Amino acid sequence: MKLKTDNNILLKDTLQNYLFVLPALILFATFYIYPVYKVFELSLFEYDGISPQKYFVGLGNFKDALGNSIWWHSMRNAGYITFLALTFQNALALLLALIVDRDIKGGRFYRIVFYLPPVLSGIVIGLIWNWIYDGNYGLLNHWLSALGLGKLARAWLADPKTALTCVGIIHMWRGFGWGFIILLAGLQNIPRELYEAARIDGANSRGIFTRVTVPLMIPVFVLVMILTVLGTMQIYDLIVATTGGGPGYHTEVPITRILAAMIGSSRFGYACSLGLIFGVVLLIVSMIQLKLSKLLKQT
Amino acid sequence: MKVRILSVFVFLFFALTIFGCGNSDTKGKPDLVLWHWMTDREEAFLELAKRYEEETGIKVSFELYAPSDAYSQKVRASAQTGTLPDIYGLLAEKRDYAAFIKAGHITDLSDYMNGFIATNKDDYAKLIKKGFISDLTYDMEQKFKEWRRIFFKKALEVNIFPEGNQWGVKPGIYGVPIDVTNIQMLYNKDLFKEAGLDPEKPPKTWEEFIEAGRTLKAAGIPGLVSGWGEIWMIDCFASNYAMNIMGKDKVVATIKGKVPYTDPDWLKVFHLFKEMADEGILAPGIVAMVNKSAEQTFANNRAAFSFNGSWCVNVYRGMNPDLNYAAIPPPLVNKKNPMYIWGGAGASFLINEKSKAKEEAISFLKWLTYEPQQAFLSSKTNNLPANQKCLVDIPPILAQFADDMEITTHPSILPASEYSQVIEFFNKGIQSIIIGEKTPEEVAAKVQEVKERRMEWTKKREARKKQNN
Repeated sequence: MKLKTDNNILLKDTLQNYLFVLPALILFATFYIYPVYKVFELSLFEYDGISPQKYFVGLGNFKDALGNSIWWHSMRNAGYITFLALTFQNALALLLALIVDRDIKGGRFYRIVFYLPPVLSGIVIGLIWNWIYDGNYGLLNHWLSALGLGKLARAWLADPKTALTCVGIIHMWRGFGWGFIILLAGLQNIPRELYEAARIDGANSRGIFTRVTVPLMIPVFVLVMILTVLGTMQIYDLIVATTGGGPGYHTEVPITRILAAMIGSSRFGYACSLGLIFGVVLLIVSMIQLKLSKLLKQT
Repeated sequence: MKVRILSVFVFLFFALTIFGCGNSDTKGKPDLVLWHWMTDREEAFLELAKRYEEETGIKVSFELYAPSDAYSQKVRASAQTGTLPDIYGLLAEKRDYAAFIKAGHITDLSDYMNGFIATNKDDYAKLIKKGFISDLTYDMEQKFKEWRRIFFKKALEVNIFPEGNQWGVKPGIYGVPIDVTNIQMLYNKDLFKEAGLDPEKPPKTWEEFIEAGRTLKAAGIPGLVSGWGEIWMIDCFASNYAMNIMGKDKVVATIKGKVPYTDPDWLKVFHLFKEMADEGILAPGIVAMVNKSAEQTFANNRAAFSFNGSWCVNVYRGMNPDLNYAAIPPPLVNKKNPMYIWGGAGASFLINEKSKAKEEAISFLKWLTYEPQQAFLSSKTNNLPANQKCLVDIPPILAQFADDMEITTHPSILPASEYSQVIEFFNKGIQSIIIGEKTPEEVAAKVQEVKERRMEWTKKREARKKQNN
């Protein structure tokens, strides 16, 4: 009799616990699992997004996507900008975070100033930088001429040699602010006593940075790196506001290709297959980063 | 007990989540909802909605969704979920237009346009009572009988699906144009004078255009500016010249796959861009320039030529009211063939076939296309009216655009349509020619390769469809 009562209590308790999780589970299933399932389902069809008819093509869309050289070229472009962001943007963010962490005068002011670009609209930023890069009357060409480097002047966003790097620079300018904020928060979480102890033990600034700051900041670095990769690979608004993917295909990125397939060519099924391939690539990159961070922690 | 309380909380949570965002207040609910993307016309639309409500008591809500890309996505998503408004515009190729019709999202207006269906009598009576009809300058009854007569012929064409159309759509008229547009060559008279050119003698032939470009370059004035970063503007320019060089029929034959893009006439088209680039006639950075930047450049007297649409009149007026310019058809390459210019309906409104207020929507669109409203829209926005009787009071520069409405053409009115992928490669290829990355021959070969691949793909798809059936 007692066992039955205990079982009932256990069952009730379990149900009660599941009930707590249920709302989150339903929301997650509705807004994440179901859409992903629908995207996968659509990717198996030839579908224009409007007509009631869909034609089953199996994995045909994936075959098309994997063999599309422009798609992989767009991935390479996004990868290049991501590389710039991971290195230069995050290095700048870390440098600035280290400076502000030293309780310099006006530290709060810098925090606000550095965080301004990320909160601006990508389209607005793109238009502002268009004026800077303009081949005719751009500020950059003007400064170069003033410095006697007029030979270097060009239409920066229309030149295939410079267009992608120029977009990358805009992206880095826009993005370093949030990296700075996250890194600064991480730095400020490191107990000051550790620095004092290291100094008493005779460590110099470089030693403190490599032996105290870096190991304790690894989880923050990983977070910033993952966010940088995910955010940069999905770059879109800056491309639209600056080059539209041109000249030719020199600044095309995965999102512009997905939208071109979806809106430009009305190939919804194909666009869904591109989206899934892109998602899988991002997932793999993130997992590699997590794995690396674990290895780094162990060492 | 605890579980019960918890259940109530869970229920309330979902109830609030699902219904909490809705607005149960139906007091101010409009009778008709219209979606559009035209930020420059929003103010005029709101004023017209106010006037319509005063005249008929019918409340029309104009809902603006911009930019146009976001608007297109919204319309497509709403079509999928069945939540399109009573009236909406569609920014799409004819192929998508056809898909919307087939999916039952657009009403066939042929009978209304041709006068076979009488206008809603209640609305008619309201218009009479309000004294609206007496303000009209031509026979109201005639207009009601043959609505289509008021429009520029070219304005309606993009909304017509003729007998035996390639998309299998029931023949009919499916949209109401509210304005017309065309794209021409503009030139800056002051810069012409500055370079020593006669501002009253703009170039009429390609040779004269290149010569003028050389003179301007020698004077340090950039030549042609246009939004060729938005590839559709390149497409307009190239298709104008393709039709001039080889004639409309050969262009259509190419689209149908009977003439390759490697044909010498197509090579001539690609070579025009190379020639302009080689001569230094194109403004620096033109291949990455959005049309808004191109408009700024021309409005600020920083380029002598601009390839732009009639909407530019309003844009230039806002940017530089003193800009001294004129519009001309693009200079001819082949004098034996006419120069067709890209144009037709600027914006059209469509009526949702599933709308509960279809008749009211049709009445409203009729009202919107009558002279007073069209004249008001034209005067407020400096766009060419779709109603051809309203051309009397338009500014002279707009009249220059209006004069050439009869030589307009549009990909949507051709008897065949090109694959989007081919169009993309074609226009991106031209960008590559301009920046000197590829030769016209390389681009032509690549475009033809994509075309053949797509044709093969379509063949396979048709075979598969037949098999499935």
